Amino acid sequence: MSSSVSITLNQCSRTFTGGNMALKPLDLQVNAGETLVLLGPSGCGKTTTLRIISGLESPDIGGQVLFGERDVTALPIEKRDVGMVFQNYALFPNMSVADNIAYGLKIQRLPRAEIAQRLDDVMRMVDLQGFGERRIDALSGGQKQRVALARAIAVRPKVLLFDEPLAALDAKLRDRLRIEIGQLLRELGTTAVYVTHDQDEAMALGDRIAVMQAGRIAQLGTPQEIYHQPANAFVADFIGAVNCLEVLGTQPDGGLVVHGGALAAAHLQGVSSVYCRPEDIQVVPVGQADVRGKVVQSIFLGQTQRLLVDTGGTTPLQIEAPSRQRWPNGTAIGLRLPAQVLFHPEPAKAAVNAKEVANG
Amino acid sequence: MTAASKQPFGAASSLSQRVVKPMPTRRKSLTAMLALLPALVIFCAFWLLPFSRLIVMGAEADASSGISAYLTILTHRQYLISLATTVGLSFVVSLAAVAIAGVAGFFLARHRFFGKGVLVATLTFPLAFPGVVVGFLVIMLGGRQGALAQVSLWLFDERWMFAYSLAGLFIGYLYFSIPRVITTVMAACDNLDRSLEEAARSLGANSWQVTKDVIVPGIAPALLSTGAICFATSMGAFGTAFTLGTRLSILPLNIYGEFTNYANFAMAAALSVVLGVITWIALSFARKLAGTNVGAPV
Repeated sequence: MSSSVSITLNQCSRTFTGGNMALKPLDLQVNAGETLVLLGPSGCGKTTTLRIISGLESPDIGGQVLFGERDVTALPIEKRDVGMVFQNYALFPNMSVADNIAYGLKIQRLPRAEIAQRLDDVMRMVDLQGFGERRIDALSGGQKQRVALARAIAVRPKVLLFDEPLAALDAKLRDRLRIEIGQLLRELGTTAVYVTHDQDEAMALGDRIAVMQAGRIAQLGTPQEIYHQPANAFVADFIGAVNCLEVLGTQPDGGLVVHGGALAAAHLQGVSSVYCRPEDIQVVPVGQADVRGKVVQSIFLGQTQRLLVDTGGTTPLQIEAPSRQRWPNGTAIGLRLPAQVLFHPEPAKAAVNAKEVANG
Repeated sequence: MTAASKQPFGAASSLSQRVVKPMPTRRKSLTAMLALLPALVIFCAFWLLPFSRLIVMGAEADASSGISAYLTILTHRQYLISLATTVGLSFVVSLAAVAIAGVAGFFLARHRFFGKGVLVATLTFPLAFPGVVVGFLVIMLGGRQGALAQVSLWLFDERWMFAYSLAGLFIGYLYFSIPRVITTVMAACDNLDRSLEEAARSLGANSWQVTKDVIVPGIAPALLSTGAICFATSMGAFGTAFTLGTRLSILPLNIYGEFTNYANFAMAAALSVVLGVITWIALSFARKLAGTNVGAPV
């Protein structure tokens, strides 16, 4: 397969007519062969970033897009050698499956034998053997997205771009295709940028994830870093569930007083709140607990159950507990929050900007 | 009205409901029949009866040839030429209108510029004119005292004119066909899925290839159906042709001539039926073509 290239964005911003700056000046480096996921709520600028990389949008004056060492800022998408997969599949309805997949190869005027060979290869890769003559409207959603995927990789692009490719599919199919895309990307070793608002997809596919908020990158890191060391409250809140415990005071021994008890957290002194994930909180006998409260609701999730525990604060704590034990509402419960699972991200900035973008 | 509220027994037992159920359904279809009646009456009185009379009348002996008027059309040069001219002219007009206005409509749909609203309104203005006025405009342009004649007189000392020929008809028909195509094409372009073009471009297609492979197939149903409507309109256009002169041999003028000048009702009827059938075939053909291509879901 083609040797992969890195992607570099230098000071890329995008202002739309009407003065709405959808993307603040952005620096981003995608390493060669890496899959980078752009994750964020709608209106955060992730699609705009993808479109700037693809060449469908230009950055504002001063922005620069590099593929490897080559400056491609001025090149339109058809000259950039990218493969793109869209949310709505964007298959040509007037062509058969095979004609769709071979379209880019025909544009390149490859010899007929080579087109047939490559068509065969990619159709096997996406498990579509025997579908070549089908009409597009005779395919299911999952099959359509496979065709779109095959069409994008058939031309052996330098860069693969995904714009929420699984958003239109149902949950089961989404999981399956997610795994397949992951395998395919590893197999191809092509540099890929993947836009999604789905954190599971981001975690599963991304070598690194850029969490975006209001036209900025809130955090860039591996899935583990993003999940366990969120850079700010927005990231902590956006990725997975998180509890925020208000710190009411400090005990003489350094313990942090919170609603329902106190926490030993030597690394978090002088903070106004501490955060922890539901699955990191342990249920212990009330006598040995750091924090005590009452179960106000239990939500059965199958593998586990989510307990909402009122400790006297404004919002109940979310706890993950084994699913077989019953917790009637009102049961007293003891919780242990080990020091190493507590963290304190930067307070969420840019909340005002987020509103601006949403309105604009 | 629900089945339960109509049932005469009052009690809403499941048994009585099952017994009563068919009643309202039958009554409903009766009501539907009654509602259809006015439409049926109008259909019979103003369409079915006159048209069948027309068909029958066309089969009667033609005043001049003495054989059935339908046969006369097929066997007499004068009518055949007139038929071919009308069909040919309408076809060429539709083709030209779709080609010219298709490009213009696509451009207008895709570009925003100052004064676009005014321009679109101006372009579609000819739809407001009756055929007579269009004919008049053609005379102003290409008639004896028309703009072209004035210019050529000044430049070459000759009067150039085209208004009273087929060229004049062509210009006139084109004039009222273009607005129809522009509005239809603009609407079709708005409905095109932009990501299809983006996908084609990402695969390396240049703008000519995108046009050929994505845009034209995408708006083909609209082009076909609007072309067919232009064809049908041109086939039957009377006002323009009449204004430009009765010397031209085209079907609508023939019908008028046979009817008013020669009182040859059989011929007029036969020509009317032929005109109607050709137009109807064109329309249903395009509708069918458009139907199979329209809305292939993405």
